[in-house]
Amino acid sequence: MTIRTEPMTVNVGPQHPSTHGVFRVRITFDGEDIVEVEPVLGYLHRGTEKLAEERNYVQVVTLTDRLDYTSSMINNQAYCLAVEQLLGIEAPPRGKYLRTLTAELQRIASHLIAVGFFVQELGAFGTPLMYTFRSRERILDLFEMLCGARITVSYMRPGGVFSDTPPDFWPALDQFLADFEGELEEIENLLLSNEILMVRTRGVSPLPRDVAINCSVSGPVLRASGVNWDWRKIAPYDAYDQVDFDVPLGSNGDNYDRFWVRMQEVRQSLRIVRQCIAQIEPGPVRLELPMVLRAEPGAEAYGRVEASKGELGFYLVSDGGVSPYRCKIRSPSLINLTITEHLLLGWKLADMIVSLGSVDINMGEVDR
Amino acid sequence: MYGLEMAKGLLVTLTNLAKKPFTTSYPEQRVRQHPRFRGEEFTWYEERCTGCASCAKYCPLGIIKIVTSPSETAPLQGDKYLLETFDIELQRCMFCGLCVEACPYDALFMGSGFEEGQYKRTDLVISIDRLRHAEKHPSTWFRPQLEGMEYRPGASRPLGWREVGRENWQWHQHEKAGMRLGDRNGNRQHTEGEA
Repeated sequence: MTIRTEPMTVNVGPQHPSTHGVFRVRITFDGEDIVEVEPVLGYLHRGTEKLAEERNYVQVVTLTDRLDYTSSMINNQAYCLAVEQLLGIEAPPRGKYLRTLTAELQRIASHLIAVGFFVQELGAFGTPLMYTFRSRERILDLFEMLCGARITVSYMRPGGVFSDTPPDFWPALDQFLADFEGELEEIENLLLSNEILMVRTRGVSPLPRDVAINCSVSGPVLRASGVNWDWRKIAPYDAYDQVDFDVPLGSNGDNYDRFWVRMQEVRQSLRIVRQCIAQIEPGPVRLELPMVLRAEPGAEAYGRVEASKGELGFYLVSDGGVSPYRCKIRSPSLINLTITEHLLLGWKLADMIVSLGSVDINMGEVDR
Repeated sequence: MYGLEMAKGLLVTLTNLAKKPFTTSYPEQRVRQHPRFRGEEFTWYEERCTGCASCAKYCPLGIIKIVTSPSETAPLQGDKYLLETFDIELQRCMFCGLCVEACPYDALFMGSGFEEGQYKRTDLVISIDRLRHAEKHPSTWFRPQLEGMEYRPGASRPLGWREVGRENWQWHQHEKAGMRLGDRNGNRQHTEGEA
């Protein structure tokens, strides 16, 4: 006797807790195998690009916080670089160092979330996530000290950062770095060579080098496939040309490599933070600019940074007014989602959420 | 050996059991905010406010409503406007602090509260009367002069309007002097008074 089978379509999301936000993906299963994948986007669309056209250049900074809310500092940085390019100005050295320092702290915080949730999706409920969140909490605490908010920081301004550090920031940062060394070691010991994690992730959903390049993915996902591409190295912005760091590269581009690259990048970010502390010198942190900025009519600029998830770019066009005529955001999470099919097709149900988690998307940025 | 690994695992559990927890149980235990915390108890000094509405213009969401009329009683005629309305629609506020940054006279400050809750959305609007009578615990956000005083919004006494001012209003003087931006090639055109 043969059992009649037929493929089944399952809607994962938009309110599935493991899809990192309101991400919906329609998946057709044949038994446990995935045969068809269709991502459905747009549940968190807030019209950031349009809103930016109605606000002046400084006010838009507050909108950028809300794109990728796990790495607000880096969003601020990308936008401010674009405006600075548009106006033809440059932040003072201390401002540049403060931006680099906070961006790297934010990268650590963002990668800690990514790693924590990645392991949580493998079934390690709670413990590893709490380990990473404990350290992230300390970083958010530093941000609150620095700029009064933990997530929606709005710390940077075109022409620098809004204000210098409070006096108790530097001792607190030193204390964090001293403690984080041990905490990171604990997380690494727990996860990096964990037998169960290796079995579940090694060789699962590999992304070949050429596919990664063709899909124009960026960030840790691209580097896990072995492509040496990091905007901090290729086109250094702010103080990245003054600091020394390595770009960790994976080899197969499987789930383990994507996880491993993030863990290594945390170490490299720590190196950059230490160098920033050693090199930073007193001085002004912000150019003295008018409150309402104006650029030349017809001027255009593209400011890009290596965000925690990939290349984040702001393309601004000015018509001479007080607000951008057009603001196009190239968000890494959206572009990185183009590999969803390559990752999922042919793999099992149990690996689906893990593979999606290994891309580390943030819906605030995908839908904007 | 399986038993040894088990003992090692339990040792981690025991060490963590003996440690002080990282979390605090709110609301019995409270973590004090940092002085720069951008919170909801906006502090406003009527004595310093001229009714220029810079804060209202600079708010990205346009939630500050100011209505003024020329003052008959102000010490200098025409120097100050009489404020009739100063409403902050807190329910839409995102606490970016740009209103505070825009205020040229140090009249508006962020606060340090975060527990405002009301049953009606309209009750969240901060009116001019509430701003007048609130206890003044300004946040040090964007007010370096308060940081110099080592002022702690949560712990220290309320501050009067004479204490909170900035001595040298450097940025605004530059703005008045007509700072020009650099040309497209990145050469800044320097005006007077710049290092």
